[in-house]
Amino acid sequence: MDPKDHGRGHFALGWLALALLLVSAFAIFRYAPLEKVMLEVQKIFYVHVGVAWNAFLAFAVVCVASIAYLKTKNRRWDVLAAASAEVGLLFTTLVLLTGPVWGRFAWNTWWTWEPRLTTTLILWFIYVAYFLIRSGVAEPHRRASLSAVFGIIGFLDVPIIYFSVRLWGSHPIVLGKGGGGLHPMMLQALIITVFAYTALYVYLTQKAMAVERAKMELDEIKEGLREGAQA
Amino acid sequence: MGFLVKVAGLVRKDLLSELRTKEMISSMLIFAFLVIVIFAFAFEPSKATTKAVFPGIIWVGFSFAGILGLGRSFTAERENDCLLGLMLAPVDRSAIYFGKVISNFFLVTLMQVVSLPVFFVLFDYRVTAGGIGKLVIIMVMATFGFMAVGTLLAALSANARTSEILLPLILFPIIVPVVIAAVKLTAMALAGSSWGEMGMWLRMLVVYDVLFLVIPFMLFDFVLEV
Repeated sequence: MDPKDHGRGHFALGWLALALLLVSAFAIFRYAPLEKVMLEVQKIFYVHVGVAWNAFLAFAVVCVASIAYLKTKNRRWDVLAAASAEVGLLFTTLVLLTGPVWGRFAWNTWWTWEPRLTTTLILWFIYVAYFLIRSGVAEPHRRASLSAVFGIIGFLDVPIIYFSVRLWGSHPIVLGKGGGGLHPMMLQALIITVFAYTALYVYLTQKAMAVERAKMELDEIKEGLREGAQA
Repeated sequence: MGFLVKVAGLVRKDLLSELRTKEMISSMLIFAFLVIVIFAFAFEPSKATTKAVFPGIIWVGFSFAGILGLGRSFTAERENDCLLGLMLAPVDRSAIYFGKVISNFFLVTLMQVVSLPVFFVLFDYRVTAGGIGKLVIIMVMATFGFMAVGTLLAALSANARTSEILLPLILFPIIVPVVIAAVKLTAMALAGSSWGEMGMWLRMLVVYDVLFLVIPFMLFDFVLEV
């Protein structure tokens, strides 16, 4: 497979993601009404939730692709899992960065050990560990199997972590950031933003898959040269 | 030969080699003692605040010492290609997993049983007999979950170049629920709570134990494949 081939509709998807992001920016800053108490600071909430949603989506894809890899041993699934984990980790980092900015204003603290925050932080650690495994194993098939095993375990652990942190937390669960529900126009802006970031997620994952395939190709070429030198 | 006989044989082999080398248990014990000493320097043992964080201190010691032992359980098998020998043995791969879980569980529990009194003595912590009884049951439940997932990840990291540093980094995020539950339950047991009050946490530990015994059982084959 040509490493430069990004998959069907990659080019169009890139433009779609860009257009959706522009529409979502318009919806966030012009269309959605200003929140009464938090004013402009509340705007970060759309991006925060949009990214968080897709981070979880990305990790679910990692889990499914990992199971599929272990069942079929087809390298394409491994490439998908790795690419999706990479974008998921990026999005989780963004969640952890945008959250405190909002929290500083709304809760008057950068960080609280609230269940969702804590779970997201541990999720971040789990997927950093996922990449440590990938970088620690050189042999491609073994790397694929081992990281798939960890991808499954890590994802299944998330609900238990969330439950245990909730049980542990002295903080009550802080309900949705809109308090008692969102203004319909705010909700529309949020939905657009979520979809915009989903498009961005798919686009970036395709890019990451192409990079991963190029790496594989490079490894094969190196291997071939090494064998050629020995012969 | 039944499955259980095979598992028992593997456990016997692990414990026998441990009995002769005393490699894992001695390093775990010394490490646990060192943790106690370092914590005694870091927090004044006679202060009331230290009493409040005492359950946490115990489990920091147990988890670090436990990971030290776990890491050894598969890297030791790499010498003389012992792991390959195990894989060639006419047993199901899951027998190897269960054998390792049981022997690791036994050794880590032994470390805990020896070092727990030292924790109490050196921190001058008074506790009732009922509290100790509850604590032992909690320790067994928490350590079992810890070992069940830890054994799988130890086998996984033994395949990597950097296995010694990799294991703590991949294991700690996964065992967060066990550590939280163990610390909470220990604090409750030492404060004299009844089983009823601990219900939610105990149920969570049971769910974790079962889940992370079944999933590694299904995935262990993939970790050991050549």
